Amino acid sequence: MRTTAMTAAATPGPAYNFAYLDEGTKRMIRRAILKGIAVPGYQVPFASREMPMPYGWGTGGVQVTAAILGPADVLKVIDQGADDTTNAVSIRAFFRKTAGIATTTRTVEATIVQTRHRIPETPLAAGQIIVYQVPIPEPLRFLEPRETETRTMHALEEYGLMHVKLYEDIARHGHIATTYAYPVKVEGRYVMDPSPLPKFDNPKMHRSPALQLFGAGREKRIYALPPYTDVRSLDFEDHPFTVQSFTEPCAVCGARNVYLDEVVTDDRGGRMFVCSDTDHCGTRRAEATP
Amino acid sequence: MNADATFPGAASPDAADPILSVRGLEKRYGERIGCTDVSFDLWPGEVLAIVGESGSGKTTLLNCISARRAPSAGTVSYRMRDGVTRDLAALGEAERRVLMRTDWGFVHQNPIDGLRMRVSAGANVGERLMAVGDRNYGRIRATAADWLARVEIPADRIDDQPTAFSGGMRQRLQIARNLVTHPRLVFMDEPTGGLDVSVQARVLDLLRGLVADLGLAVVIVTHDLAVARLLSQRIVVMKDGTVVEEGLTDRVLDDPRHPYTQLLVASIPES
Repeated sequence: MRTTAMTAAATPGPAYNFAYLDEGTKRMIRRAILKGIAVPGYQVPFASREMPMPYGWGTGGVQVTAAILGPADVLKVIDQGADDTTNAVSIRAFFRKTAGIATTTRTVEATIVQTRHRIPETPLAAGQIIVYQVPIPEPLRFLEPRETETRTMHALEEYGLMHVKLYEDIARHGHIATTYAYPVKVEGRYVMDPSPLPKFDNPKMHRSPALQLFGAGREKRIYALPPYTDVRSLDFEDHPFTVQSFTEPCAVCGARNVYLDEVVTDDRGGRMFVCSDTDHCGTRRAEATP
Repeated sequence: MNADATFPGAASPDAADPILSVRGLEKRYGERIGCTDVSFDLWPGEVLAIVGESGSGKTTLLNCISARRAPSAGTVSYRMRDGVTRDLAALGEAERRVLMRTDWGFVHQNPIDGLRMRVSAGANVGERLMAVGDRNYGRIRATAADWLARVEIPADRIDDQPTAFSGGMRQRLQIARNLVTHPRLVFMDEPTGGLDVSVQARVLDLLRGLVADLGLAVVIVTHDLAVARLLSQRIVVMKDGTVVEEGLTDRVLDDPRHPYTQLLVASIPES
């Protein structure tokens, strides 16, 4: 993971250190990551840097990726499951330019997957790292605005408030209507916000063989789930956690039991449901048409 | 948290021992004295009123004895459910917070300070249950509905937010939210302060019934001697941060000894 080369950029231009951040900053971020891994689900404060992109575009994830990236890594970046959206394309290009590393859209080929909103449909394997871009790392934030208070609540394991939110959902909608950023409990200890992940992907975090890292740039927090960590979605005994289900398969590849995006096709009410994971969908289509 | 350890009903091993003991309590704000040299005992099931004019140190005293503020000198000890009397200052933060949301209640003058205004009445009452580990929605809701009925809030308002409630309803909701874990000791800071007279009467009536039914020990701060007369068995009169008179409510109000108490009692318009 260490490099002495001042620039690995293929194109001429300003000389950046490998993966943009200087080595001192990367060490600082790695220390936060190691602490996060040692205390799964605990939000470790770190000195988030100004990145050449706006907050909300994944500055936290980019810093984590920059800190763990080595010259031999293969990077995949997805945004809402897609490899070809602006954010994903730009971040891939950013690391190609500043680190000269290989990028891919194939989940199986990637050593590091940086993501916003989704976990790929293809199960992650041991040795892979998934980096989440997190907008609001504090699951208690909307119920308790004081940071001093939420930290105390984490320290003392006072998580009753989290269930107040779920109670409100059931009282209002008859079921737990939270569909994304669904709170989880890590190893029976810390309650964690899994970023804007649809709750469909929550079970994929549970005992995943891959290392999972979460970076929140604006909020200056890093947290982590080491491989094979227990991750349970919060629920009530009489209202257990369930994931979304779709009645129809993907309109393009016919896949079932995957997360689908609704696409409006015309202005007369036409719509179709397609795989949110573009790599998964493309792979299935390639296999179907030899 | 084990539910059995939290709700053992009215387990009072020895009613002869005070539940709360205050000794030589002092709170200074720099040079200024909030309250000084306050000592009293509170027994299980007893209602103690702290009366006095604005600025006499009533609320400071209440905050100190309810562990919301650290006293400058003196001790406050509390007899826990297991019968062991402990110095509040020696409790860890975790223990203190558990105590606050299980064994104690705190009713604020302004219900906004004691309620979550953005969640429904049912969730406001259920919050303490969830905080002590209840994870059954049906049971939490049933308990909340039961408590709303006990404080005379209509059952169909269970999913309304307190923002849609009147002042009197909010105060009754705050009371229900505090009592749902069957606390043994409740602190009240001018619980009828912001309410108009007819609503006051209803809240007082309700409080008197609940306190008697549940056998609560209560420390109530009020400047209203009528409230003290109606609810309390004993009165502590404060002036300039010190206790000037203490005694049974009827004795203090009918036969005040200290000139200041005489002034206070004389200031009530004859009915």
